[in-house]
Amino acid sequence: MDGAAEGTPKMHGCPVTQSHGQEVIHPTREQYLDVAKSLADEGYTMALDLCGVDYLQHMSRPLPYGIVPERFEVVVQLLDIGNRRRTRLRVQVPESDPVVASLFDLHPGIEAPERETYDMFGIEFDDHPDLTRILMPEDWDGHPLRKDFGLGSIPVQFKEVHA
Amino acid sequence: MSTTEEVTAEADAFDEAPVSTPDTPSYAVFIPNTDEGAQLLKPRSQTTARELMREVGSVLRMSEAEAAQLGELPEDPEEDQTMIINMGPQHPSTHGVLRLMLEMRGEEVLRCKPIIGYLHTGMEKTAESLTFMQGGTNVTRMDYLSPFNNELVFSMATETLLGVTDEIPERAVWIRMLMSELNRMSSHLLFMATNGMDLGAVSMMIYGWREREEVLRFFQEVTGLRMNHNYIRPGGVAADLPVGWRDGVLRLLDLIPPRLDEYDILMTGQPIWRERLQGVGVITPNEALALGATGPIVRSTGVPWDLRRDMPYLKYDEMEFDVIVGSYGDAFDRYAIRLAEIRESMKIVRQILEAMPEGNYRIQDKKVTPPPRARIDESMEALIHHFKIFTEGFKVPEGEVYVGIESPRGEVGCYIASDGSPNPYRMHMRDASFTNIQCLPHMMRGGLVADAVAVISSVDPVLGGVDR
Repeated sequence: MDGAAEGTPKMHGCPVTQSHGQEVIHPTREQYLDVAKSLADEGYTMALDLCGVDYLQHMSRPLPYGIVPERFEVVVQLLDIGNRRRTRLRVQVPESDPVVASLFDLHPGIEAPERETYDMFGIEFDDHPDLTRILMPEDWDGHPLRKDFGLGSIPVQFKEVHA
Repeated sequence: MSTTEEVTAEADAFDEAPVSTPDTPSYAVFIPNTDEGAQLLKPRSQTTARELMREVGSVLRMSEAEAAQLGELPEDPEEDQTMIINMGPQHPSTHGVLRLMLEMRGEEVLRCKPIIGYLHTGMEKTAESLTFMQGGTNVTRMDYLSPFNNELVFSMATETLLGVTDEIPERAVWIRMLMSELNRMSSHLLFMATNGMDLGAVSMMIYGWREREEVLRFFQEVTGLRMNHNYIRPGGVAADLPVGWRDGVLRLLDLIPPRLDEYDILMTGQPIWRERLQGVGVITPNEALALGATGPIVRSTGVPWDLRRDMPYLKYDEMEFDVIVGSYGDAFDRYAIRLAEIRESMKIVRQILEAMPEGNYRIQDKKVTPPPRARIDESMEALIHHFKIFTEGFKVPEGEVYVGIESPRGEVGCYIASDGSPNPYRMHMRDASFTNIQCLPHMMRGGLVADAVAVISSVDPVLGGVDR
C-alpha cells in the first residue's frame, strides 16, 4: 500500500486501494465533493451510509502514498444499483479543523448519517441544512465516539449489597 | 420570596417558562426534560428557507417542472393557521420511542420531523470494549426484530477481516441461511400484527403475534432464546441444529400458509383495509433512491433491488425465489410485499431443508473456535486454549471492511475498522430503519393525521436499530 506515486492506481485523481476485495477511494477534503459527483454520474447514485472513525490511537494505519493520515476519517459507502457494485470513500479530516463538505445536495438521504457523525465525532458538515445532534441530548458535552471521550461507569448494585 | 433576579434566571433557564409561586405549582419545570432544543421542529418563522424547502421535499432529485409544481402547492399557509404537535415518544403507534413533530393545519399534516435518540445506549461505543467474540451479544440487540441478520452481518465482516470467508463449513452457511429466512418470516409476521393494530384491526394483532410466537418457539429450540440469540458467531454458528429440527421447520411450513390465506381474507381483499392503505404515504422511486431507502420501501416503488438476488451472499445464488415489487409506492404495496415475502421465504426454507448438508457447524480453525466441551475434561491444552480464547478473544488483522446484507427492513451493513487487537477499533452498523425513517416527512406531507399512523406503520421502523 505504501507504493511509489506511480504505483498507486488512480481514479478521478485520487489513489484507489483494495481492502479485502473492496474498492476504496481516498480523496482529499478538497476533492471529496467533486469525486462524489463524478461517481454519481458514473452510476453510484445511492449513498448508503456515512460514518466517522477517530484514529487517535491508531495513527499508523496503512494509507496509500501521498495521503497524510489525520485524526479523523469520514467513510462513505456508495452503491451503484445499475451495475451492482459498491465503492467506498475515505476522507482524512484533521483534528484542528474538523469540517467536511456535506453530500446533502447530491444525496439527500445522507442527512441523518451526517448528523449522527457530527453528534458522535464533532465533525462538521459544510452546508448541511440542519446540523444538530440527533442521538444525544441537545445539551450534551462532548462527542461520545471520540477515543478521548471519558468512559463512565455505574456501580453495580449487588456488590454494594454484599459488601 | 421571589426577587426579580431569580425570575430572570428562571426564565433564561427554562425558556420563557411561566413564573411559579409556591401556592400554584407550575408544570413548566418538567418542560426542560422533554426539550430537545435545536432538534425540534420549529415554527416557520424560525426556520430558514433552505431548511423549509428540505422539509417539504424540494431537495429530492426531481425535474425542474416537478420542483416548480411543489413550490406552488397551496399548502404553505400563514403560521397562525397551523399548529405544531407532538406525536410520541410514548404514542402506541410509534413502535417504541419514535417522536414525531407534526405541523398540522386542521387534520392535514404539512411538515413532519422525526426526533430520535430516546433509545440511544451507545452500542457502537460498547462494541469497542467487547472482543470480536463478544460482539455478537451486542449487535443482536440493535434491530431486535431481526437479530440473526445483525449477527450474520457482523460475523461476515469479521470473517472477511480474518480472511476465512471461504473456509466456513457448508453446513454453517446453510444453517445461517435457514435462520435468517425464518427471521425474515418472524419479523414480517410481527409487521402484520403491528400494521393491523395501528389501523384498528385488533384481531390481526393477536394473529400476527401468535404466528410469530410459533417461529420464535423454533428459535428457542435451536438457540435457547426467543430473541437476542448470539447464535451466529464469527466462524460459524454457536451450536448444531438440535435433533428433530427438521420436524420443527416442517411444522412451521405446514402451519403458516393457511394462516397467511386467512390474512388475505381478513385484510388484503377487504374494502376498509384497502381504503386505509391504498394511495397513502406514496413515495416515488427517485425519492426513495435519493433518500437511501432500502428493502420493502424501495421495492414498493417498483425498483427490483434485493441484495439476496443482486449481490448474493451465503448460498442465495443457488436459491429459487422471486423478488416482490410493488407499483404505486404506497402503504398497501408495502403491506402486500411483506406478506408475499413471507411466502417467498418459506419457498427458500423448503429448498434449504432439501439441501442441508452434514458436516461441521463451525470452522475448525483453532484460532477462532474454542475447543469442544468434551475435550476440555481430558486435555490440558484444550483447557488453556479455551481459557485464552474466552478471556482475550482472538486477534483480527488490521484493516477495514464493509459488508451489507438484506435484512427484513432493508440493507443492514457493518463497517469494521480493526487495528489488529481482539476488539474492533471501530464498529458501525448501517441500520435500515435509521435511513428509512427519513422517508416519513415525504410520505406524510399533505396526508391526514390518521394516515400518519398508517405511514409510520408501513415503514416498519425498529427503534432499537434506529437509535442503537
